[in-house]
Amino acid sequence: MDFLNDPNALPWLIPAGPLLAFLIITLVTNKSKLVPATDHHEYGGHHPDYDGMMVPVVHPWSRVISVIVGMTGVLAALLLSWQTLANASLLHHLGQDALASSIAWMDTGTTAFHMGVLVDPATVIMLVMVPIAVLMIFIYSIGYMAHDPRQARFFALISLFAGAMLTLVVADNVLLLFVGWEIMGVCSYMLIGFWFEKESAYKAAIKAFTTTRIADVVMLLGIAYLYSITGTLSFREIMYNPEALDLLATTTPIIFGGWTVSAASIIGIFLIIGTVGKSAQFPLHVWLPDAMEGPTPVSAMIHAAAMVSAGIFSLVRLYPLFAAGGDPHHGILTEPLAFMAVVGAFTALLAATMALAQNDVKAVLAYSTISQLGFMMAALGIGAYIAAAFHLITHGFFKALLFMAAGSVIHGMEHGEHHAHEHGDHGHDDHDHHFDAQDMMNMGGLRKTMPVTFWTFLIGGLSLSGLPLITAGFWSKDEILADAWLLLDKYGSGAHGLVFVLLALAAFMTAFYTMRQISLTFGGEPRSEAAKHANLGQGLISFTMTLPLLILAVFAIGAGFVGVPTDFPVLGPIFSPEYNNFKHLMIESLPLPEATAAFASLPDYHAKPPPFNIVPVATSFIVALLGLWLGYMMYWRRPLRAGQPDPLVKTLGPLHTLFQNRYYLDDIYGEVFVQPSQWLARQVIVLLDRGIIDALLHIIARIAAWLGDLTKVLNLWLIDGVGDGIPIAIFHAGGWLRRMQSGRVQLYLLLVLAAAAVIGIVLVLSAGAALAQ
Amino acid sequence: MIDVFGIDALSVLVFGPALSAFIVASLASLAPSKQLGRWTALILSLLLALLSIKVFFDYQAAGLAIGDEQFIVTQDSPWFEALGARWTLGIDGISVVMVLLTGILTPLAVLASWNIEDRSNMHLALLLLFETGSMGVFVAMDLMVFFLFYELTLVPMYFLINQWGSLPKAGIRFSGRFYASTKFMIYSFGGTLGMLLATQLIGWSAGTYNIADLTEIWPHFRQGEALLGIEVSTVKALAFAGFFVAFCIKVPIWPFHTWLPDAHGEAPTAGSMLLAGIMLKLGAYGFIRLVVPFFPDVWLTEVVIIGVNVATLFAILSVVGIVLGAFAAFGQTDIKRLVAYSSVNHMGFVGIGIAVFAQTYAQIWTGADLGADIQTAILAGNGTVLQMFNHGLSSAGMFLLAGALYHKTHTRELSDYGGLWVKAPVFGAILLFTSFASLGLPGLNGFVSEFLIVRGAWPVFTALTAIAMIGLLFTGGYILKGIRAVLHGPFNLRWRDYSLELTPAELLGMAPLILLMLLTGVYPNWILPLINTTVSSIFAGLAS
Repeated sequence: MDFLNDPNALPWLIPAGPLLAFLIITLVTNKSKLVPATDHHEYGGHHPDYDGMMVPVVHPWSRVISVIVGMTGVLAALLLSWQTLANASLLHHLGQDALASSIAWMDTGTTAFHMGVLVDPATVIMLVMVPIAVLMIFIYSIGYMAHDPRQARFFALISLFAGAMLTLVVADNVLLLFVGWEIMGVCSYMLIGFWFEKESAYKAAIKAFTTTRIADVVMLLGIAYLYSITGTLSFREIMYNPEALDLLATTTPIIFGGWTVSAASIIGIFLIIGTVGKSAQFPLHVWLPDAMEGPTPVSAMIHAAAMVSAGIFSLVRLYPLFAAGGDPHHGILTEPLAFMAVVGAFTALLAATMALAQNDVKAVLAYSTISQLGFMMAALGIGAYIAAAFHLITHGFFKALLFMAAGSVIHGMEHGEHHAHEHGDHGHDDHDHHFDAQDMMNMGGLRKTMPVTFWTFLIGGLSLSGLPLITAGFWSKDEILADAWLLLDKYGSGAHGLVFVLLALAAFMTAFYTMRQISLTFGGEPRSEAAKHANLGQGLISFTMTLPLLILAVFAIGAGFVGVPTDFPVLGPIFSPEYNNFKHLMIESLPLPEATAAFASLPDYHAKPPPFNIVPVATSFIVALLGLWLGYMMYWRRPLRAGQPDPLVKTLGPLHTLFQNRYYLDDIYGEVFVQPSQWLARQVIVLLDRGIIDALLHIIARIAAWLGDLTKVLNLWLIDGVGDGIPIAIFHAGGWLRRMQSGRVQLYLLLVLAAAAVIGIVLVLSAGAALAQ
Repeated sequence: MIDVFGIDALSVLVFGPALSAFIVASLASLAPSKQLGRWTALILSLLLALLSIKVFFDYQAAGLAIGDEQFIVTQDSPWFEALGARWTLGIDGISVVMVLLTGILTPLAVLASWNIEDRSNMHLALLLLFETGSMGVFVAMDLMVFFLFYELTLVPMYFLINQWGSLPKAGIRFSGRFYASTKFMIYSFGGTLGMLLATQLIGWSAGTYNIADLTEIWPHFRQGEALLGIEVSTVKALAFAGFFVAFCIKVPIWPFHTWLPDAHGEAPTAGSMLLAGIMLKLGAYGFIRLVVPFFPDVWLTEVVIIGVNVATLFAILSVVGIVLGAFAAFGQTDIKRLVAYSSVNHMGFVGIGIAVFAQTYAQIWTGADLGADIQTAILAGNGTVLQMFNHGLSSAGMFLLAGALYHKTHTRELSDYGGLWVKAPVFGAILLFTSFASLGLPGLNGFVSEFLIVRGAWPVFTALTAIAMIGLLFTGGYILKGIRAVLHGPFNLRWRDYSLELTPAELLGMAPLILLMLLTGVYPNWILPLINTTVSSIFAGLAS
């Protein structure tokens, strides 16, 4: 295959850069030297002291070269993505036409399973967002991890992470998508637990992997089922192929056959459960807030550019399957769609309430991620396919920005804390006292010392809040609400009403808690010494941590204007004179109406967009502005002083406790699932394997030992009775038996168990055979 | 197929290791240097590994297509004429994969034993003798020869566990290795009693011990008549039981598995590697080679009380093994027993794959037209054989790593470790890699075969496959538990002055495993076409 000159084969190379970087760093450039573990200059920060021990710390040259290798890999991916985008733009009907290439990967009887790459509209939008966001995260990591003793390993792992995400994006079949999906799971496991000596870190890592794995094994069943019905897993052969979709929608499922569902619905729900885990939806959302235990660039990676986006992206990919058998544009939802709508809308609100009561600067963002993913999921559920994809992209940009800005805040706070100590401003030695650099109650006034971080955070925050007209978040969120309202208005179904109301409420809370966060962090006066001195310092570190914020801020505003509805007053004609660019592109990744018309089971995937309606737009305006205003009034105008409690505690009362404790879900899961399974695991060993199976073996052994004794006695009696004429052989046999029985009696006699087992099975089988005659 | 000095390659693969074992053992008295014995064993086993690789590629080069006769018979001469048993050796796409696995793992086991000081020559000789036994099973085309080598594998393994097993724990009078080795020996030996009877019964009645011929003759043998005054179907059920129990113990299928954690746990590193990597495959291979083709009617017989056919019962037991194996591994506090139980868990997938294969085979044999469902069985069959190969790689790797740790720390208790990644970064990285391969991470070997088996089992044993997912979930649980206990957390200062990093020999032993795990995960078609062609041909031949 000529990879470089063949536009169809070029996408293979997009993930290759970061994957190669991972291999090179791991195998070649990651070299360490040994330093005393008590040397705080080289081995401090997140690592414990080990008296008298030498620990490996990355060599300065290895650090530099590994960073360069990692950057080269991701830059190559970015350039190749752009080249691929240029190639794709030359195709007239991207969607029906696509860049694709595949190889026979696994022989299956007379056919073969093909692995390949595919660039269609869904891939295109991800190739716009992911490489840029990832590159920014890499640049940011240069500075953020500059003092970490394992920076080379860090770059290896985020390279693998990026490579896996890009693999997932360009995958042309569900299996390859799943490969990228799971490798990302492992990367997030290793990166969340990057500071693996910390208990909270490795626990969070295990929690993340286990929680998502619950969903993944269900998803695996979905993939296997899909494969067994269609005989293929290729997106082009299923999602673009009305015949396959019709087959799925009309097949009676192999399980739950009693219900009137189609195989498409069962498969759909299995696959959606995969996303419920990966994109942290209720009830599997519990891992995501803990995932911030990893270094902040990892949080940005997980929450924005990769991991969670991958979940929604896969739903976008598989959407034709979910809608097969229903007609979402006419209010008829299939089971998978209804499932998504309910889970998504519920999660959006649930997570928003939890975000209200968080004081950790990253935790607020973590819950906002869960909430925003709920928006996308709910949007897909009601058939607002375009809106969901749009929100996925804009969210990727502004959430990456917010996380990195929050990371800068934390970095600045740690810097400030360090500074305060050096200058003895505290006047007392509080080394033992643990200072939480992530607690917003310790911040305040940072707008003065960290202006760039403030302004970029503000832009990201306003985009998240959906500040009308100028931010990207508004355009994408507005479209979701518009679709929900329109379908509710026309068809008046419960699901649509639920989605509209819950999302509007969640959007209001989003604006409020975002303003609260901005005010607590940047507004008012510093509430600690650290906040007073918080800054990023000078030089390269500060530069690499600031530049990505500025670039992403541009996208957090600008990305919205590619999807302005054509009939939006004033702005529509300016930004979308002929058509809504985003929609025009994205709709092509759905089967054509000409093709689906022949199949009664399939909806018209290209149904008309909702015309402009004032109600959802007004709702968008009101919830965003009201939330922001309320947050502004409560926290910015009347800033908290050190030690003063959050006014929300009083307002919300016991609800606040409930929100802050995440509805006690983690505790419930611990009691209901984690501890019982640990108990069960012990019982399997102690009770079942030792207590029953082995005990049975030992009993049989004992019986055999007793038989051995009996034989011995019998032999002796015979010898005595018959006299000297008895052959010596018998004596020997007796001695032999005695030796056996005085040794490890129960063991040798296991033999008898085997014989008994044979006899038992023989009896059962022969009886069975006799019956069968 | 190549010859080595005029002797066919398969005979060399069978007798070469025994001869090597003899040489290595003799060196002990000739030259006192242990190093000489080690290098001799390594070089000889490497030569055999090269030969097995050559055999693999020769078989591939034969270019057999679906529908061709899959066996390449290299040797067929009179052997035990009084019985009618012949020295017949041959390979097909299934056995050649096992030959390759055996060939590759043996030198790695030698490398893993590099630090053994106690009677090292004899230790290495036993490893080589074990290779003779397992090679013999995989290339035997004669039932008596099969049985002979099947039993032969027990002897070296018994002594390896009994003599070189774990050191006694403090406060316990007897070392667990005596219990483990005796249990292993008697259990396995007792299990094969029925198999010996069945072998003789089949060979005597059918007048041949040739496995390929028996595949044709035995299922149809005197259908509906009497044999030895008993109805033939009953005789067949008895013979089936003989094989079934023997192979169930070996795989091991739940509840015949309790010898395994003891044996694996107590065995020396190389012993565990070969035990998990190869010996368990003998059982699975026996099912595929003998039990499925010989007894299609019995697989479909309904079992009284339970009310399902034998194949389904087998699938149920396999799934119980998957789930309970994962739970038991999750509950372990001993690293080698954790890895040992992971074998119960992983071989459960082989079991359910065999069940699908057997049931479909039997249905086609009885004349049912399954249409597209044959594809399902082919995928399950491919997955089963590939899973055997993959489990051989990853379990050998896991035991090598667990053994490396044990050898340095002399403890197997997970709670004694902690934070070792700080001091042993290379060991940590490789442990992570191998653990994730064992977990079935997509992109590595285990996933491909597990996916194929799940896909194959889903339409046939739907509910059971869904239940097996619980096991897959807890596979994650015990793998993460192991990693966490060994690598994560603050460094346990007890090991401050120990060298915990992998030795060069251990690293060298891991390298081929890592490469193969990655290669199979990224591009399974380097090996899968051979399996696929043979499995497809089995069904194609049956249907025609």
